[in-house]
Amino acid sequence: MPEVKLIKRFIETENGHRLREFESAGGYGSLRKIIGEGWDAQQVIDILKASNLRGLGGAGFPTGLKWSFVPKDIEGPKYLVVNADESEPGTFKDRHIISGAPHLLIEGAVIAAFCIEAEDIYIYIRGEYYEPARIMEQAIEEAAEAGYIGEDFLGSGHTVRVHLHRGAGAYICGEETALLSSLEGGKGWPKLKPPFPAIKGLFGKPTIVNNVETLSQVPIILDKGAEYFASLGIERNGGTRLFGVSGHVKRTGIYELPLGTPMKELIYEHCGGIRNDRKLKAVIPGGSSCPVLTAEQAASINMDFDSLAGIGSMLGSGGLIVMDETTDLVQILWRICRFYAFESCGQCTPCREGTGWMTRIMERIAKGEGTVQDIDDLKEVAEQIMGNTVCPLGDAAALPVVSFLSKFRADFEAQVGPRRVHAGAVVTQAEAEEN
Amino acid sequence: MSEERKMVKVTIDGNQYEVPAGTTILEAAKSVGIEIPHYCYHPGLSIAGACRMCLIEVEKVPKLQIACYMTVGDEMVIYTTNERVKRARKAMLEFHLVNHPLDCPVCDQAGECGLQNYYMLHGLYISRVRENKVKKGKKATQIGPHVMLDQERCILCSRCVRFCNEIPKTSELGMFNRGDREVVDIFPGRELNNPYSANVINLCPVGALLSKEFRFKTRVWYLETVKSVCMRCSRACNILIDYNIRRPWKNDGRRLSRLRPRYNAQVNDWWICDEGRFGFDFVDAADRLTVPLSAAGGAQAHSGWEAALETAAARLRQAASEIGDVAVLVSPRLANEALYLLKRVLAEQLPGTSVAFSSLNEHEPTQDDILRKADKNPNTTGAEFLSLTTANAEVKDHAYLLQTAKKGNLSALIVIAHNPVGLPELYGRGWSEALDKVPFKVFIGTNENETSRKADVVLPLAAFAEYDGTVTNFAGRVQLLRRAFDPLGEALAGWELLRRLGNALGGEYDFGSAGEVFDELAQKEDKFAGLSYGDIGELGVKVNG
Repeated sequence: MPEVKLIKRFIETENGHRLREFESAGGYGSLRKIIGEGWDAQQVIDILKASNLRGLGGAGFPTGLKWSFVPKDIEGPKYLVVNADESEPGTFKDRHIISGAPHLLIEGAVIAAFCIEAEDIYIYIRGEYYEPARIMEQAIEEAAEAGYIGEDFLGSGHTVRVHLHRGAGAYICGEETALLSSLEGGKGWPKLKPPFPAIKGLFGKPTIVNNVETLSQVPIILDKGAEYFASLGIERNGGTRLFGVSGHVKRTGIYELPLGTPMKELIYEHCGGIRNDRKLKAVIPGGSSCPVLTAEQAASINMDFDSLAGIGSMLGSGGLIVMDETTDLVQILWRICRFYAFESCGQCTPCREGTGWMTRIMERIAKGEGTVQDIDDLKEVAEQIMGNTVCPLGDAAALPVVSFLSKFRADFEAQVGPRRVHAGAVVTQAEAEEN
Repeated sequence: MSEERKMVKVTIDGNQYEVPAGTTILEAAKSVGIEIPHYCYHPGLSIAGACRMCLIEVEKVPKLQIACYMTVGDEMVIYTTNERVKRARKAMLEFHLVNHPLDCPVCDQAGECGLQNYYMLHGLYISRVRENKVKKGKKATQIGPHVMLDQERCILCSRCVRFCNEIPKTSELGMFNRGDREVVDIFPGRELNNPYSANVINLCPVGALLSKEFRFKTRVWYLETVKSVCMRCSRACNILIDYNIRRPWKNDGRRLSRLRPRYNAQVNDWWICDEGRFGFDFVDAADRLTVPLSAAGGAQAHSGWEAALETAAARLRQAASEIGDVAVLVSPRLANEALYLLKRVLAEQLPGTSVAFSSLNEHEPTQDDILRKADKNPNTTGAEFLSLTTANAEVKDHAYLLQTAKKGNLSALIVIAHNPVGLPELYGRGWSEALDKVPFKVFIGTNENETSRKADVVLPLAAFAEYDGTVTNFAGRVQLLRRAFDPLGEALAGWELLRRLGNALGGEYDFGSAGEVFDELAQKEDKFAGLSYGDIGELGVKVNG
């Protein structure tokens, strides 16, 4: 099946990041339509619900449902926050949207703000995305000049302001409540839930936090209709997704495919297969925090939220990391551990102490100084972090460890010495063989 | 709060309880006697949910939940000690200890350390950490007048940070860096010097924040403790007195080791101010008066109680009957019992004595809307209830007494727990000369001072922590002062001293304890009507008046 370029059509439009080209490609049509025809929020939410659009940041929560959680008829401001803090290793789809079709995001965000009655949109963009931020800034200026945002935009009688906020480089600020803490001017620490942001979010006010790709799908759905979008995917997983493929394939990049597409089709057809035609060893399906898949699992799995959840992994951010048979998984896991230990925000104990501890055990294993006991300890430490932390970063750090050690234990055992025989005495492989 | 809080039924560890809706699981469990371990949670601070020690299982909820944050719901079934919870608890404790230095032998927190205590209760595993620990910058670094910081011992519960943000609202402390490199530290250019700074020492569950004054003085397991109240200002915060009398070779023989706050929602919540906490040096000071002194015709010299009291009684009686113009300077530092007996003895044995009252003392009248009151005396209200303050028109004030003395119109003066000569210039000026004009002076007090040196008879008074009694705080709450150790030398509790003086003056005062005095006081004095010493209890009672 060829790519279905709903979003990519705009990204690939030449100079698509400029307003004129975006408008020529049909951009801002959905926003004009709902304002011009005097739609109400419920109509939009109903269409999103029917389209089966799910949060494409990673959690996969149904978007229409999320918007409907915002309390209506209450005093005070509400906020729409765009999570553009794309930081998960292996994930690079949002930067393409921001750089290639920033107006598509603005259009989707304005529609969202209209639906939840927010007058302020905050786009929280990853600090390292300097160039995308510059492009986004230009797009916001263009949209304001053209009257798509601002006071009484498109004569709607509504107001919407768009603020671009650059992050300071913390991975954790991609977690929505940490993002809000950071946006409020505090340390990027996740908040205890409940209350969820839809009830008490930014500055204590009802807030919807949506991913860049999710919002970018909104104008497209309103343009093409919920039935069309839903029909592209499978049950409860509507439409397309930008899959970002990196690693040992012949053609890395962003591929827009319907949810439910077989992974082997993506890897072997769209990406041209494994480099040097080697054998596949493992695939991380949706950013580094998602449990790794074996080659056998990758060969038979379809890429949608429910299928991957069904085999104990996640579709996550849709960023695939493909690893061929020459990959040293011990080094990979050590690298992943280092990342999460470096990025742990330090708020809660199991993640703060556990990520560092796992990294140090991994380092020992990777340097050939580990024992079988270390593998068992490592897995147990990961299991004790899992589910016990304030935010999902703990799980994100623990899931790769547990999955690597469960599915590729032999790779790790090959790099460690035998189990300690008694306290204080470590028997090396060589000594064991000698005896 | 609504009059009737809705109650919900919960099952905790198999037993059913009714608890108020809206309470957290941790508080609900505590109210029925089930302790759920925790480090970051503190009832007086906002909820952090960070230490994860209080993870418990709630039926129908897949993940373990933190008891400090989740509130009880009707028909909720909670497990606080099942295998899953115990395993998680042990694991959370293990995480706390991964980077904790094992320097217990040289750590002053040892013996009252949250990590040690929970390790014995919930840990008892063999360490499997074979890695080097993360090194952190500051060890034994002074961050304020009273507080020492050790970042390596810190478990990052953030209690101290939240305290500074939320109670004194001074925000000197912050959490810096991330992950296992994270540290608690003082903001650049700041000092932890707010008036409540030392509360972080008690809030800290480990040895990361220690008292500069107390550390290395005495191991905590050598300390004994009584519940008392602070006498540094008219709030009379509830405190714990930690003292060491069994090992006099420690801390240069100082008996009073430290004061800690004690929870009383009606008075001081969980806190005390630094002035009160560290304001007890006089108790074990070298200038304590330990024996009666008499200066018959020359320098003050050691005298027995009998002789000193006889001298005092004879001269006072003589002055009262033959010359008149006897005055007494009453102090709101005295407990209710001493004030009451003073009042009785004066009325019965030295009628016509003029009473002067002063609340002036050596302390600055610091105050705020947290705890500190400008009146730096514990019992001004008690004195007022006994009609011994200037609210009673017959009682003279400090300035009037000074003028009278200056004019040479006093034949005898009793100064109790005051040091008028040593007051700041504004109030103290002229007192030295004025006292020289008073032919006979009795000084009753705890420590030698400028005034005591001028006295003809000096009677040593028991200091704070040396006697039982009651004081009445600014809001009319009567609270118990408790004796931790015996008075130094031959010093006597105020009520006992005045009882003996009364007897020397010819009365018959027969009280065996402060409680007996108080119970008579409660019968005779309207303001204290209905109270009894035995019913005051640890948190005090409010007088009806």
